[in-house]
Amino acid sequence: MVTELNPVTSAVNPSPNPSMRLLIVEDDRESADYLVKAFREVGHIADLATDGEEGLALADSGDYDVLVVDRMLPKRDGLSLIGALREKGNRTPVLILSALGQVDDRIKGLRAGGDDYLPKPYSFAELLARVEVLSRRHGGPAEETVYKVGDLELDRLSHRVVRGKEELTLQPREFRLLEYLMKHAGQVVTRTMLLENVWDYHFDPQTNVIDVHISRLRSKIDKGFDRPLLHTIRGAGYMIRDGIR
Amino acid sequence: MTAFGKLIRTTAFRLTLVYLFLFALFAASLLAFFAWNTRRLITEQITTTVNAESSEINEIYLRRGLRGLAFTVGNRALRPGANLYLITAPNGVALGGNVGSLSPGVMATTGWSETSYRRLDENDNAEHRALVKVTELSNGFRLLIGRDLEERRRLFGIVAKGAQWSLLVMVVLGIGGGIFVSRRVLRRIDAMTGTTQRIMAGDLSGRLPVGRSGDELDRLAGNLNAMLERIEALMNGLKEVSDNIAHDLKTPLTRLRNRAEEALARSGSEADYRAALERTIEESDGLIRTFNALLMIARAESGQARGNMDDFDAADVANGIHELYEPLAEDDGMTLTVKAAGAPLHGNRELISQALANLVENAIKYGKPAAAAQPLGIKAAREIVIEARREGDQVLLSVTDHGPGIPEADRKHAIERFVRLEASRTLPGSGLGLSLANAVATLHGGELRLGDAHPGLVATLVLPARSGERLAAQTPDVPQKVA
Repeated sequence: MVTELNPVTSAVNPSPNPSMRLLIVEDDRESADYLVKAFREVGHIADLATDGEEGLALADSGDYDVLVVDRMLPKRDGLSLIGALREKGNRTPVLILSALGQVDDRIKGLRAGGDDYLPKPYSFAELLARVEVLSRRHGGPAEETVYKVGDLELDRLSHRVVRGKEELTLQPREFRLLEYLMKHAGQVVTRTMLLENVWDYHFDPQTNVIDVHISRLRSKIDKGFDRPLLHTIRGAGYMIRDGIR
Repeated sequence: MTAFGKLIRTTAFRLTLVYLFLFALFAASLLAFFAWNTRRLITEQITTTVNAESSEINEIYLRRGLRGLAFTVGNRALRPGANLYLITAPNGVALGGNVGSLSPGVMATTGWSETSYRRLDENDNAEHRALVKVTELSNGFRLLIGRDLEERRRLFGIVAKGAQWSLLVMVVLGIGGGIFVSRRVLRRIDAMTGTTQRIMAGDLSGRLPVGRSGDELDRLAGNLNAMLERIEALMNGLKEVSDNIAHDLKTPLTRLRNRAEEALARSGSEADYRAALERTIEESDGLIRTFNALLMIARAESGQARGNMDDFDAADVANGIHELYEPLAEDDGMTLTVKAAGAPLHGNRELISQALANLVENAIKYGKPAAAAQPLGIKAAREIVIEARREGDQVLLSVTDHGPGIPEADRKHAIERFVRLEASRTLPGSGLGLSLANAVATLHGGELRLGDAHPGLVATLVLPARSGERLAAQTPDVPQKVA
């Protein structure tokens, strides 16, 4: 699934990642059409099912990289769809979309076999970033011990970070932040993804806390080097990648 | 339903009827037992006397023959209140005695029998009942000796009459008592029904009358009143929220709409449109955040978030939030420090983290010291302290700043939803931070306290500490979440 990054494509639009096959299970026609169109515009293939039964049938027969499933669906609800799929041994990553955004509902969704949970209303940038991360996880190789982006290297075992020939000193949290960014190098990660995965908080801070952490990290890994590696993707989040190769 | 119909449908009245029936049954069986035993006793007495006399007369007959017998019987028959006697020849003709007539066939069978009879020596010629014994004498003569059963009948009459009267008295008293009790209960229930109907009609301030006896109805009324109290508080909360939503969400919605309208009306460059759209998205993101915060508060207040409770240390929460916000505070020219000692909690870690995060965000936003008149050094004044510690059976999670603080009179008000004190109107924010923190504290059985830091604000989440007993007592309250 994971191929070399395409150096030519720009940051978000179209997606720098290889095209994915997605199944969207959503009963609200307007949001569904919007999603299909938006995913196609960034170069992915998106199929649509408008109820739970159809969604299950399609998901079971088609070879999809990621399923985007609404929680409340006619005929068969989202969680039961995921349950049925997992029972059949189908391990396709699932992102649950739901109007129920509370912590309990999220946990319920993840326990039912979902891989990620996004409360409505969401921004497409957030959804796209999450779907791409999920897809990579699905077909990705075993976790590497050393992540490399350009001349930046992060060793997950010895906790050493080296840029060029220079060893960088990072705080533990900065290390985890960089680790998460590099694990998803070339992919957009949103602020909420960082808050969830690096800090394990699922609330929405009213302030730009994450930006401040990023700018600190950036000053450590990019300052004094010609090529910046940590990029801000406007309206979406951040991405670490070697821009010029 | 008529008043009487209502009365006889009461539980008290029905119970009365059931008891009445049971007591009547008991009384009747008692009387029946008594009557039956008396009858047996009287019958035994009669048979004993008749048997004695019969053997006596038989002896006379054996000794003195038929004439002696006739003489004796004739004599005895003449005594007042005497037994019944009759001697018949083999052809059935009566030879002597005081019996005028008998039920047919009585003399044909020997042994005991009950029969109607008339006495020879009585004028009224009335028919009576008697218990008689017929014996066969030698050569076909028969002797009847019997005793009148009038006494037994009278006794029976007395018993029957007694039964009638006692049953009558019992039924009258029982039903009367039932009606009395039922009416008392019914009056109270009617009063309650009246109140509940007023409440259902919309007057939530109505309360049920509670008597002083402390009986089951009073306890019920007390509980219902407590429930009404809670419902009224919730309803008022809801009304307040909807009023606030109407006000505070409509304003940004109107702004949003105006902006879109304006952009549409004005023919601008693509960049203008883009800017307008971006502002629209920003505005709607803000709205979504406000909604989420409101939902979160509602959820915490209704107790639904009790699901994900576990054991953790408030010190970890304090350290985590410090770690997250320290760079942000520094960028704002503040210092964020943490003092955390072991403070065990049982609760929803995510919610408590969020509550603490809100307090820290508030401190960063509003806790900047006024430029002049700083009793503390400027460095100390720009310090925000997160503190977690245990005090007795409470865990205190506090955030202290040295900004302008909140005047004591405003503190209670500041916790309410959407309230943004005059001083903070110009800064961005939804006005929900403190309400959420308060709702989270309430959910955990604690409270949010606002105090004075001389100068500045100290906001403290006061939560019950986790202890072995508390934990054991609480475990059943925590519903098991099943995926």
